[in-house]
Amino acid sequence: MNECKAVVIGGSAGSIPIVVELLKALPEHFTYSVFIVLHRLKNVASSMDMILMNKGNGILVEEPDDKEVIQGHHIYLVPQNYHLLIEPDKTISLDYSELVHYSRPSIDVTFESVAQAYAGSAVGILLSGANKDGADGLLAIVGAGGTAIVQDPATAEYPVMPQAALDRNKRVLIMKPEQIATFLHALND
Amino acid sequence: MTVHSHISTEELEEIILLVRKQYGYDFGDYARASLQRRVIRCMQKAGCLTAYELKYQLTNDSRFFTWFIESLTVNVTEMFRDPAFYKELRNNVLPKLASYPTIKIWHAGCSTGEEVFSMAILLHEVGLLNRARLYATDLNPANLERARQGIVPLQNMKEYTSNYIQSGGIRDFSSYYTARYDNAIIHKEYRKNLVFATHNLATDQVFNEFQLVCCRNVLIYFNRTLQNRVMTLFSNSLSPLGYLALGMKESLLFSEARHQFDVVSPAVRIYRSKT
Repeated sequence: MNECKAVVIGGSAGSIPIVVELLKALPEHFTYSVFIVLHRLKNVASSMDMILMNKGNGILVEEPDDKEVIQGHHIYLVPQNYHLLIEPDKTISLDYSELVHYSRPSIDVTFESVAQAYAGSAVGILLSGANKDGADGLLAIVGAGGTAIVQDPATAEYPVMPQAALDRNKRVLIMKPEQIATFLHALND
Repeated sequence: MTVHSHISTEELEEIILLVRKQYGYDFGDYARASLQRRVIRCMQKAGCLTAYELKYQLTNDSRFFTWFIESLTVNVTEMFRDPAFYKELRNNVLPKLASYPTIKIWHAGCSTGEEVFSMAILLHEVGLLNRARLYATDLNPANLERARQGIVPLQNMKEYTSNYIQSGGIRDFSSYYTARYDNAIIHKEYRKNLVFATHNLATDQVFNEFQLVCCRNVLIYFNRTLQNRVMTLFSNSLSPLGYLALGMKESLLFSEARHQFDVVSPAVRIYRSKT
């Protein structure tokens, strides 16, 4: 089992149904580590982990603690009110620094860290949203040799975020949600 | 126009060495991913494109270093952050501390003091502030200077009021401060038992004994070696059965000191020393 590959999914407004759809479509024995960065309110009780908990087709969904060792066949939901970074030894580093694009967690922060930690073994997926978070992060993933996928803005409830990423990056794959699901399936083969 | 600063892993180590040798601040056991991001952020702000430029400035300009240290460390904090934590303190921890003639609390890595002010307000509301001594430490002198003045940006007070109410506060939150221009100034009576001092968790030692140590979202910037050091320091700083409060996603599980503590409130990460 290759534990050193990562899929990182970033989403904001309008992305949650797609995230659920993608998780449900994951192959049962998906070997990648999956990171999910969703823009969320802070200081209010969140049940996002409960919403996603049993959606991973049998794969454990968890909100990791700081310093947790990253494993394959795991889905990590970035905790509310923290940025998530990945250390060179593939452990989680949480960070409570300034908001980026008015957000903590920020998609850019995690995407850029995944790009550095996983280089060509990273797949970044950016979904519906209403700001420009994620565009720089996808650029970093492509720059490090990884794969970048953007949800087709025509299929997004809020097209601003995927469109911003497309404007910023030429080397990205544009896909409808069901195509992304198929792509993830094929990754594992 | 964004400055595209870059620093390699090796260059980062050189900067850490320079800062330690020339200024005595040790970032050697800080978590690399976040530290590298912070250094790049400083370089962007300072207009340094390369690590060479940064080294040049650090070597030759001590005022630049002062600015660098202030910008490098994360100074983000909130009043009543994670209301559930403060609710737990109010309902289950502070009543236990009430039996001590003097209650000593250490806020380690207090930044600009927002959590210390929150604690003082909480202690006031349960009638313990007069018997409490709050020691608040940070490695950054500029943070402490701000904290001593009791100043909080006024624009944040709406959010803090909401946090306070969610934490179980029932008084008028605005009665705790005076608004002046863009700032809220916490009333002096809630700051009279607060002591601010510099203390570097990476290098400094035990300086007192406490019934409660609060160190929330500070350890996340350290690697495991330094986390272990600090946990030992906390363990040695706590009175028997003293409490330790960490951030909501900081766990003792990965620390060598885990056997020295019982978990009191797993959801809000409050621990208690076994001895």
